[in-house]
Parts: sequence; structure tokens; C-alpha cells
Amino acid sequence: METIVNTLQGVPLNHYILLSSILFTIGVIGVLIRRNVIIIMMSIELMLNAVNLLLAAFSAYHGDASGQVFVFFIMALAAAEVAVGLAIIVMVYRNTKSIDINSLNKLKW
Amino acid sequence: MVILAKNPIHSVLYLVITFFTFTIHYVLLNAQFLAVVNFIVYMGAIMVLFLFVLMLLNLNKETEPMKSVLVKIMGAVAGMCLLVTLAGSLRTLEASNPLILKKPEIGLVGNLGKVLFNEFLLPFEISSILLLTAMVGAVLLAKKEPKKI
Repeated sequence: METIVNTLQGVPLNHYILLSSILFTIGVIGVLIRRNVIIIMMSIELMLNAVNLLLAAFSAYHGDASGQVFVFFIMALAAAEVAVGLAIIVMVYRNTKSIDINSLNKLKW
Repeated sequence: MVILAKNPIHSVLYLVITFFTFTIHYVLLNAQFLAVVNFIVYMGAIMVLFLFVLMLLNLNKETEPMKSVLVKIMGAVAGMCLLVTLAGSLRTLEASNPLILKKPEIGLVGNLGKVLFNEFLLPFEISSILLLTAMVGAVLLAKKEPKKI
């Protein structure tokens, strides 16, 4: 068991950076190709989590606890963002009977 | 999987699986406080909130209108360009040292709490105010419009 833990903790930092990049890219593609507002918000959550993982990895790498505190703040911010965003989605759905993102194009010029 | 599933509820469930792997990563990084917070806040609160809104809006049977194929391909190509750029910039780095935890005790609850309440006391309080305003705003937004008399 100890050797397994040591092997898993011996992952280079580059792999964490690559994993976070891939997850962030998946989030960006999700924002770009979907029209459902809820799925767009889930993609935003995915991007936030990718950044969180990278911050935690760097924090563990440098032996500095500030990164993990910052991850905690990002989680609080994500919770607030989700609460307000879902309230806005409910209100928009009540007004337009649709969660298509293109029903919100009234601000276009 | 999260962005490709047609059914939004399947998408939420895939996202829960993804966040569970994040929790496992935090455990492996010896950040147990973050693992617990991720487990409770993300998988407990946020995902339940998403599922609740999906079921409240009753969208599970409806297949929402997808974007045209051209826009999809353009989005995928743009995202892949971003990934290639990031990976290309990473290739110039040499392979770093293995991620050896120098101070493996920093992720524990006690040490993180000491840092949080000594150096980061003001941001902590400000984040509490942020959560309060978010709660008030969510309640105000989701409330039904009062009947005009």
C-alpha cells in the first residue's frame, strides 16, 4: 500500500498541467458547441475545477498552503455563481419558455 | 461525455463522475480538506442544484435544438487549437521532477485552518459576504413577480 501511494505521488507536475489543460479545453468546447444554458453553466464549472486542480497541484508541489486556500475561495465563488446563475435561468425560462441561448439575443444590435 | 450527451440529466451524471475523480486527485495530493469540501460542495450541493433545476424545468424528454454542424465543427476546431497551443507551450518545459510532497501536512484541516484564519482572514470574511449577497440575489430572482394591484 505504501509503495502504491509513493508511486502515485511521484507523478510529474507536467502531467497535472496537461490534464488540467485538457479539462479546460473540454469546458471551452462545451461552451462553444452547445445551446442549452444549463450545459453551458456545467462547462463553466468544469473549467473552474480544472483550474482548482492545477492550483492544488502547484500548492502541493511548492509546499505552500496559500494555493489551497485560494482553491477554497474559488469553490465559494463557484457556489455563489451557480446559485445566481440558476436563478437567472429559472427566471428566463419563466419568461421565454425556453432555455435556448439564442432566445436571449435581444441585446444584439 | 459531459458536453456530448444529448440528455442533460446524463450530462449532469457524467459531471458528477468527473468531480469524483477530482476528489480522488485531491486525496492523492494529500489535500484532504479540499477533497472533503469538493465532495460536499460540488457533488452534494451544486450537482443537486443542477438536477433540481433540470427537473423543475421538466426538460428531460425534450431534445433541445442543437447548433448547426458548421458552428459545431468551428467550435471543436477552435478548442483543439487552444489545446494544441497549450500542449505546444508545455513541450518546451523539460520533464519536471516528480511531484514529491515536500511538506505533506499542509493539506490537513488544522494547518489549512491556521493559514486561513491568520493570513487570509479578510478575504474569508469578504467571501462570506459574497455568499450572503448571492443567496439574497438568488431568492429575489427566483421569486415570482408580485401581482400588480
